Amino acid sequence: MTPLLQVENIAKMYGARIGCANVSFDLYPGEVMGIVGESGSGKSTLLNCLAGHLQPDAGAVCFDTRTEGLRNTVTMSEPERRMLSRTDWAFVHQHARDGLRMNVSAGGNVGERLMAVNARHYGDIRAKAIDWLGRVEISADRIDDRPTVFSGGMQQRLQIARNLVTGPRLVFMDEPTGGLDVSVQARLLDLLRGLVREMGLSAIIVTHDLAVVRLLADRLMVMKDGHVIESGLTDQVLDDPQHAYTQLLVSSVLQV
Amino acid sequence: MITVENVSKSFTLHNQGAAEIPVMHDASLSVAPGECVALVGASGAGKSTLMRMIYGNYLTQSGKIMVGDLDIVSAAPRELIHLRRTTLGYVSQFLRVVPRVSTLDVVAEPLMVTGSNRDLAMERAKALLLRLNIPQRLWRLSPTTFSGGEQQRVNIARGFAYPYPALLLDEPTASLDPTNRATVLEMIAEAKARGAAIIGIFHDHAARDKICDREFDVTAFTPDKLS
Amino acid sequence: MTDYNFAYLDEQTKRMIRRAILKGLAIPGYQVPFASREMPMPYGWGTGGVQVSAAVLTPEDRFKVIDQGADDTTNAVSIRRFFEKTAGVAVTEATAEASVIQTRHRIPELPLREDQILVYQVPIPEPLRFLEPSEVETRKMHSLEEYGLMHVKLYEDISQHGTIATAYAYPVKVEGRYVMDPSPIPKFDNPKLEMAGVQLFGAGREQRIYAVPPYTQVVSLDFDDYPFAPTKADHACDLCGATDSYLDELIMDDAGGRMFMCSDTDYCGTRRVAGHVGAQAAALAEDAA
Repeated sequence: MTPLLQVENIAKMYGARIGCANVSFDLYPGEVMGIVGESGSGKSTLLNCLAGHLQPDAGAVCFDTRTEGLRNTVTMSEPERRMLSRTDWAFVHQHARDGLRMNVSAGGNVGERLMAVNARHYGDIRAKAIDWLGRVEISADRIDDRPTVFSGGMQQRLQIARNLVTGPRLVFMDEPTGGLDVSVQARLLDLLRGLVREMGLSAIIVTHDLAVVRLLADRLMVMKDGHVIESGLTDQVLDDPQHAYTQLLVSSVLQV
Repeated sequence: MITVENVSKSFTLHNQGAAEIPVMHDASLSVAPGECVALVGASGAGKSTLMRMIYGNYLTQSGKIMVGDLDIVSAAPRELIHLRRTTLGYVSQFLRVVPRVSTLDVVAEPLMVTGSNRDLAMERAKALLLRLNIPQRLWRLSPTTFSGGEQQRVNIARGFAYPYPALLLDEPTASLDPTNRATVLEMIAEAKARGAAIIGIFHDHAARDKICDREFDVTAFTPDKLS
Repeated sequence: MTDYNFAYLDEQTKRMIRRAILKGLAIPGYQVPFASREMPMPYGWGTGGVQVSAAVLTPEDRFKVIDQGADDTTNAVSIRRFFEKTAGVAVTEATAEASVIQTRHRIPELPLREDQILVYQVPIPEPLRFLEPSEVETRKMHSLEEYGLMHVKLYEDISQHGTIATAYAYPVKVEGRYVMDPSPIPKFDNPKLEMAGVQLFGAGREQRIYAVPPYTQVVSLDFDDYPFAPTKADHACDLCGATDSYLDELIMDDAGGRMFMCSDTDYCGTRRVAGHVGAQAAALAEDAA
């Protein structure tokens, strides 16, 4: 089986300071990987390097493209990379307003990715938008409302619909449940899990919330000072942590 | 089906002066298809530890644990994920699910992740819940709000939804009333009959005697510090 | 003769603008940055168009200026006088006689010929600006041909109004490549963007020049199920009876009286001279008498 994403020795420096270094891993189709660590551990830097938002200083991020097999996305041309991020990739931001167009209706937000890949039938676009709003539990009669009048949880669900409408194969998520109420978080987690399963998505989720990764991620990487210090099955890393820092991290949270 | 060869395990507590606690030494065990083996030994002797090592939940320092064709000790995460979906089931004492997900969905999930048709998965989940006497009015609710006994039965239903060739059962009959306890024993017997290799921890002696083919005393492999 | 250099701008500046124009013609629809000069009129009064006109005018040209189709509005009159004074060129109100036509918000009804240049005054040259405020991002979108956002705007129109309600500055795709703002002309004029004449667009405040060479394909964006439709008031001109021209609506009194007339004054006048008569032409003539 070919990995969907093959990451080799990714490194990113901020001047003399390490953003992340020596990160390598394979992600297979259908796998959800969590990346945990405290603020400044390099997990967001890593995610942005993987998603093409930051140019890494070294290393390769190879993605199994539909037409040409494994391609290094770090060295591919920008139009190709941007095309990937509109089609096979998705990025869910922590703050929905970073991932949504706040002055465009919910339907327009969901439809944008379709129109970006040349959907030109209004009726079809709208039908798809309604279908996706339904899947993320937003009622169809809100389709013409702008996200500014949505609650935080709804905005986040809209962001997810907007990202998944083109049927991506890899989703990057940066603290997708951060800043939401606990009950809203649970609903979102349930939704994400269902979508991951139904669509056979692979996902990389950056979070500092160990409860979130336990419920969502099959695998886990623990980062500290820009390095991956431990990785493995999520429950194994959380229940039998090997590294001193991971042990501290796990013992520091309230029982989950 | 399940073969444990000379496995050892210790915990290193880095944040408590790097204290090293050996918990298992040179244990070996083999379970054939259709066989049910009970892990026995005093509390703290390492029954749950061994079971978690077999499930891949705890890392094993040395030795070999074969489940089917896969060595748990050296397997890559994705191989373990696949094994847990299709081969190795685990009924733990604790129910760990996403809040808000309905009991039916929780029970049907192991079938859904292996690609079952949703209707069939739901039918199977309903049959199991019915058999384990979970009142129908609770099926649409999340089991996180249930009583201990109800949660345990949901856990069992979930563990038996998919016909795993190998099963790990951690106290499946604890806190069950006699009727449900009998049902669970019956379900274990059925799993045995279809050829599942089963390892269980039963504090319920009667249940153990009734369902298990033999006992495996982990005390023999418990390092000295415990005695 | 005056103390001004021919057509007000110095020769260096005109060369700089001509280079931008040539680049624009070479890459139809592409917005070429240029060093816009201060002109003796406020921004919004056509400073971009005036600089382009100044750069293309020769002493032999005959110049026409229209504002919303009319030759006799303040803006049109002052720009026409400006070049009469600074370039000494001949001027005209007849579309057929002009070699350079500067326009605000209209394309003349009479089809232009190959020896004519149409210069547009452009307030906001960036068609993507409405949805994407970042100039860096919009430039990237143009260079990578990422135009999905343009259709989001049309989608929003349909979802809010039931049809594409954008009635002017309707976005077009030029020669299958660049999406372009045709300046705030009514979408009725969009089909005329494919023409024999040279079309030059100048945005003074935004410092951009772009162009559409003769016979270039210009397609108005739309959806398969909501195709582009040029629209006008469903009426004939009350003065000349034309049914094929873009009409202005004029409120006549406070009792609901109104009339429609061609926004292109030269077109209307030429027709009336040729004997065409609209529904209210007679009544108006009596009033005047």
